Amino acid sequence: MSSSSPNSPADPPARGKLKIFLGFAAGVGKTFKMLLEAQERKRGGCDVVVGYFEPHARPDTIAQLEGLEIIPRRKIEYRGTAFEEMDVDAILERRPQVAVVDEFPHTNVPGCQRTKRWEDVLVLLDAGIDVLTTMNVQHLESLNDQVHQITGIRVRETVPDWVVQQASEVVMVDLTPRALLNRLERGVVYSADKARQAKDNFFKESTLVALREMALRQTAYEVEHRHGAEGGAAAVMPTATHRTETLLVYLTADPAAAALIRRAKRAADFFHAECWAVAVTPGPGLEGLPAPDREALEKHLNFARNLHLETRLLEGPDPAAELVRFARDRGVTQIYLGRQHNGNWTFSAGYDFIKQVVRLARDVEVTIVAERKPVPPSA
Amino acid sequence: MSVSAPRPSPDELLRRLQAEEKYQQRGRLKVFLGYASGVGKSFRMLDEGRRRRQRGQDVVIGAMQPKTPPELAELLKKLESIPLQTADGIPYMDVEAILKRHPEVCLVDGLAYDNPPGRPNSHRWQDVDQLLRAGIAVITSVNLQYVEELRQDIERIMPNGKQATVTVPESFLRTADEIEIVDAPAEYCMRQAGGGEVPQAELEHRLSQLREMALLLTADVVDQQLEDYAERHGVGHTFGTQERILVCMTSRANGPRMMERARLARDRFHGELFVVHVNQPDLDAEAQAALERNLELARHEGARVRTLEGADPIASILQFAREQRITQIYVGHSPAQGWWARFRKTAADRLIEAAEGIDVKLIPQ
Repeated sequence: MSSSSPNSPADPPARGKLKIFLGFAAGVGKTFKMLLEAQERKRGGCDVVVGYFEPHARPDTIAQLEGLEIIPRRKIEYRGTAFEEMDVDAILERRPQVAVVDEFPHTNVPGCQRTKRWEDVLVLLDAGIDVLTTMNVQHLESLNDQVHQITGIRVRETVPDWVVQQASEVVMVDLTPRALLNRLERGVVYSADKARQAKDNFFKESTLVALREMALRQTAYEVEHRHGAEGGAAAVMPTATHRTETLLVYLTADPAAAALIRRAKRAADFFHAECWAVAVTPGPGLEGLPAPDREALEKHLNFARNLHLETRLLEGPDPAAELVRFARDRGVTQIYLGRQHNGNWTFSAGYDFIKQVVRLARDVEVTIVAERKPVPPSA
Repeated sequence: MSVSAPRPSPDELLRRLQAEEKYQQRGRLKVFLGYASGVGKSFRMLDEGRRRRQRGQDVVIGAMQPKTPPELAELLKKLESIPLQTADGIPYMDVEAILKRHPEVCLVDGLAYDNPPGRPNSHRWQDVDQLLRAGIAVITSVNLQYVEELRQDIERIMPNGKQATVTVPESFLRTADEIEIVDAPAEYCMRQAGGGEVPQAELEHRLSQLREMALLLTADVVDQQLEDYAERHGVGHTFGTQERILVCMTSRANGPRMMERARLARDRFHGELFVVHVNQPDLDAEAQAALERNLELARHEGARVRTLEGADPIASILQFAREQRITQIYVGHSPAQGWWARFRKTAADRLIEAAEGIDVKLIPQ
């Protein structure tokens, strides 16, 4: 929740409120809806500026800019090409009540103070500025593997779930896939050439339907998370288990670790649970490991930290024993393991490891997370 | 995943063809769903009508709500309207006039109305169905609070809200070709929701519950569409985005624990819960009774319970899991037995080995 503590003289300005307009594809009308709200707030007497706006916007959308003050984009040279990014310093100086910032998941060009636009937005919020922004559900970190499975596309620009959780409101911008495809055909969304190309990727009807379902469910989760709403059947059930859950993910150098971390963290969020990520090395620290393993493990631990998992590096000759001992000490209720399925499954070390953990874990649940491969696009 | 759909039989092809034909003749139904008054359903519906008209479609308004806010007046002026008729002071949609005029698209603002006695249809949604059967496309708006099947849940959430006396069956909404949610934060509808003596924070909380219901209902409809799409296009395998949990039930004592854990996950993820057991002919009476108790518990939790046959239980379970797009399988295991036998695989071992693309959760005995 973004409400601040009671005022004391030394308090920094109350943190700004973040509102995210969530969609599932280009062209559903996120920016349009965001600007409608900006106009409405302005009419209501708010001091609103446009902090960043996609210059390639559609005419209908551009028309919505009328009368809004636009903070000029900052020009940055990178490898001989001029790029334009949001000018955070100029917005901070101007100090509006509300800033409109399009494309929340955007990655800034190298040379900017911060890597991601969402990091820029956090700076604005810290300064007490409310922010309206837009994103598509496929950019949410924890859905990355599911999106890959459905679309075959690995989305690179992601926003960690904890960042989205900072928003005081997430609003779904809905449009039926058929209506969206019609828009695409009429050239409203992209120019004709780009449209044909887009249609081959994200813009297949079945893909759009699946992404839309994802956005609806995510918005429902965001509403429940913020307003403690337990709609539907869940609320009828007596809340039998108030037992708090704690999850533990076992990290290795295996490349599937990223998917494993995302899956466990998403489950932890839904269970309102703590989530640990743990690796075990035979000697002290990572130094004793072969270089490729060390690098991979370092990467995975970093990735886990970026998603706000607590990480620990344990040490011991028997990884399964160390893992389970740690789990017991921390009251872990669920252990998440990857399958580490490399080649011959039956005799692989990974499988023996799973068996060992299960044997030692006794009353702790063990979840073996599957790799999710993209489904080849169907006709 | 490498499950290829089997080649359809001629009967299957004919059935698909007939389904497609029937689908082509019927008018398309599009529904704008909102969770309360004030989210902007009517505006979205009229705006869509306006845009379709701009694109050259023949659009008329078949029904409007009695009170229209000023921002709609502008949109209303741009569209032809067939006025409502009244009988005994009760307004009704002039279905005969609309059928005679036979537009391509008819806008019906407010689906949940009862017709006065003496009309051929008692409910407006039946009028709409009639228009659809005549090949007229209908765009309509409906408030979640008027969905028949949700009435109890809604009265529980809004005990002193306006009680819906007129309702629309959910099954009818599910026939919509397109359903679009009109979403807005609860604070937008606070004024219109009223709520009497309910404190603001509590009202916002309640409206948020309705909002979540509307989002989840739409997600379910969308999920159904994904399956229908696969059906119409003969696509064997599609992906929903919902967690779908499968519990492998036995006569073992950890049945209740498995159910409790699976139910919790289902509730938290708003997922679907399936429970299967594989028929075993050699079960003694005591085990049979224990199994029955476990299955009864599953039914009580609202799980979809299924008995599977097959010489190879693991193969049967996995086939079922693939058909139902299961994302996680819950299976019991007993740490005390089986694990010492390195070369004898337990059922859990085999499931982990073969469940490609599906998570396996081991629940201790």
